[in-house]
Amino acid sequence: MTVSLSAWDVANQIKEQFPDAVSEINDQAILVRSESLFEVAQYLKNRPELNFDYLNYISAVDYFDYFELVYQLISINHNHSLILKTRCYGRDNPTLPSLVSLWRGADFQEREIYDLIGITFKGHPNLKRIVLWDGFQGHPLRKDYL
Amino acid sequence: MMAIKTEPFVLNIGPVHPSTHGVFRMRATLDGEVIVNLEPVFGYLHRGIEKLAEERTYTGIIPLTDRLDYLASMSNNLAYVLAVEKLAGISIPERAEYLRVIIAELQRIASHLIAVGAFLNDCGAFFTPFLYMFREREKIVDLFEMLSGQRLLYNYMRIGGFTQDIPDEFLPALDKFVKQMPSFIDEYDYLLKENEILLARAKGVGILPKELAINISASGPVLRASGVKWDIRKVDPYSIYDRFEFDIPTGTAGDCYDRYRVRVEEMRQSLRIIRQAMEQLPAGPIRSEVPHLVRPPAGEAYGHIEAPKGELGFYLVSDNSIAPYRCHIRAPSLLNLTALRDMMIGWKIQDAIIIFGSIDITMGEVDR
Amino acid sequence: MEVVQRYIYSDTELDRTESEAIEALKENSQQPIPDPDRWLDEELERNILLTSLDTILDWARRSSLWPAICFPACCAFELIAANASRFDLSRFGMEILRASPRQADLMITAGTLTWKMAPQVKRIYDQMAEPKWVIAMGACGISGGIFRSSYNVVPGYNRIVPVDVYVPGCPPRPEALIHGIRMLQNKIAKEHTNIKLSPL
Repeated sequence: MTVSLSAWDVANQIKEQFPDAVSEINDQAILVRSESLFEVAQYLKNRPELNFDYLNYISAVDYFDYFELVYQLISINHNHSLILKTRCYGRDNPTLPSLVSLWRGADFQEREIYDLIGITFKGHPNLKRIVLWDGFQGHPLRKDYL
Repeated sequence: MMAIKTEPFVLNIGPVHPSTHGVFRMRATLDGEVIVNLEPVFGYLHRGIEKLAEERTYTGIIPLTDRLDYLASMSNNLAYVLAVEKLAGISIPERAEYLRVIIAELQRIASHLIAVGAFLNDCGAFFTPFLYMFREREKIVDLFEMLSGQRLLYNYMRIGGFTQDIPDEFLPALDKFVKQMPSFIDEYDYLLKENEILLARAKGVGILPKELAINISASGPVLRASGVKWDIRKVDPYSIYDRFEFDIPTGTAGDCYDRYRVRVEEMRQSLRIIRQAMEQLPAGPIRSEVPHLVRPPAGEAYGHIEAPKGELGFYLVSDNSIAPYRCHIRAPSLLNLTALRDMMIGWKIQDAIIIFGSIDITMGEVDR
Repeated sequence: MEVVQRYIYSDTELDRTESEAIEALKENSQQPIPDPDRWLDEELERNILLTSLDTILDWARRSSLWPAICFPACCAFELIAANASRFDLSRFGMEILRASPRQADLMITAGTLTWKMAPQVKRIYDQMAEPKWVIAMGACGISGGIFRSSYNVVPGYNRIVPVDVYVPGCPPRPEALIHGIRMLQNKIAKEHTNIKLSPL
């Protein structure tokens, strides 16, 4: 059984390293600030006790005030999982750091979020629209898309 | 000997090409016959299922999920209803749990038959193995037709169980199929397992190393052929998979041949699970009391299964209305393609076709 | 050393066989063999058929419809099932799926058409040689079906290419597809061909 790690425990470990990174914790997920997303992800991946080597999925949800990104991380060796969230404010040009350099599985998923939700991922090697064509107006998965 | 000066050129494969299994496009840069760069292009079947799901009721999304991976509709239904049941806290009757396992495993056999047949087709055995595999698949399709009345997109599962109970003739027909099928798999093995041409073309071709397979979030037979023993049915058992005995076949090299072998072995394991589930199948209701308009409490849930192509997951966000606020689909076919470029660079163009065939994707799921 | 002599037939037996053969041939050769041309005349009378050019062209065209490969989505598998051994589409003279549109004269549009795919489908249709026909297979091909309200789905192939026969269903069963093809064949049978012959 894949164990969902307690978000509180992991958050405490993160806080030791990055005191300002975590902004909110609940039973299921850890919400980190978008500025420190990359550092936290890198820490979670490389710390041997956690060893999150498998990025299961990335999803983005439009909540009008902000976009929430959901990352489910899994460790194949330890068979445990964690949900990491981050928020991204502003509708005109939301930007987040890209995690492709840590997990290449993020490649197509980040491109898809860029295409359908319109979040720019800084540091993505090939950020362009994936399922729609270049001239397509708007981002369909936003809630205000007609 | 004089060196011949060559220059690379771009070859566009697809989106309409007999070997791309749908409307997939590869923009390959070739030096002679050797691939030096490759860029996959998607979106020719992007139907906006995630957006359409936001304006439908929870039950109304089930037909949309059918059309994701249209070779494994039942598996898609199962992943989706599991996510909704997790979100709304619905438990289902024992009989329905067993039937779900039987159906999901039958669907895995049907999907792998197509995968193996199409892969051999790509290897150059034009259409003959495909017809063999289709012969067996038709029997599974017949079984599903008894249940749902449809041949391809079944729309059979419901939140909390099934639309209707299985007909009387289903179990005898299933029994006959389960008894026949092992000899057919033996027949394929006899014809193909040590076939010189297949070995020459598939062995050592398109290697996906273990570390890379994990790093690109590969799943399903692609991940297991690279030597990672990772099967959702074992590592995070959903439904009642923890009650059955079965093995997880894995490969060692991570090449095209291993992916083909893993699929064939998985068919045998699926038959093993079906046999156990048939013996234990209890009587009783097949649907729990669920209102027609499911209104899950606000929150989020992620339901996932080991679909034939890999880990298929639905991430649902509810705002306590009759339609989901967000329905994200974790599509195994899309993620398995991430390393396509790495697997193909350095191989010849004819190898590219079988490397692509060995990954086994469905465009409906890649583009959604 | 003793040499064993084995005779299969005795001399008397050989003589009798020979005389029987002579008698038999003599028996059968009492009448002269008829002129070969005479039976050929009869055969010609039985085999020559007078018809119009329309009929013969329509017959040829409808009996060897070769479909082009244009299978975007789900319906493709019902089309392949129709082609496979159980439903055996080749009974109707069209077992060969052509990868090159230039060798095909029928387009079976099996699957949802998206706007990104539409230019390619249009191009395939334009590359097919005249005369050519289109069967819109499945709900998506007819009207966009279940995905009609999506932002990226073309509501029906008839926005892009002219459609001759619509086969409803999601997906249509192979029998339905075969019925659709029979309907198309009936349609072709009624076509009037306008051929201008050069003067002698």
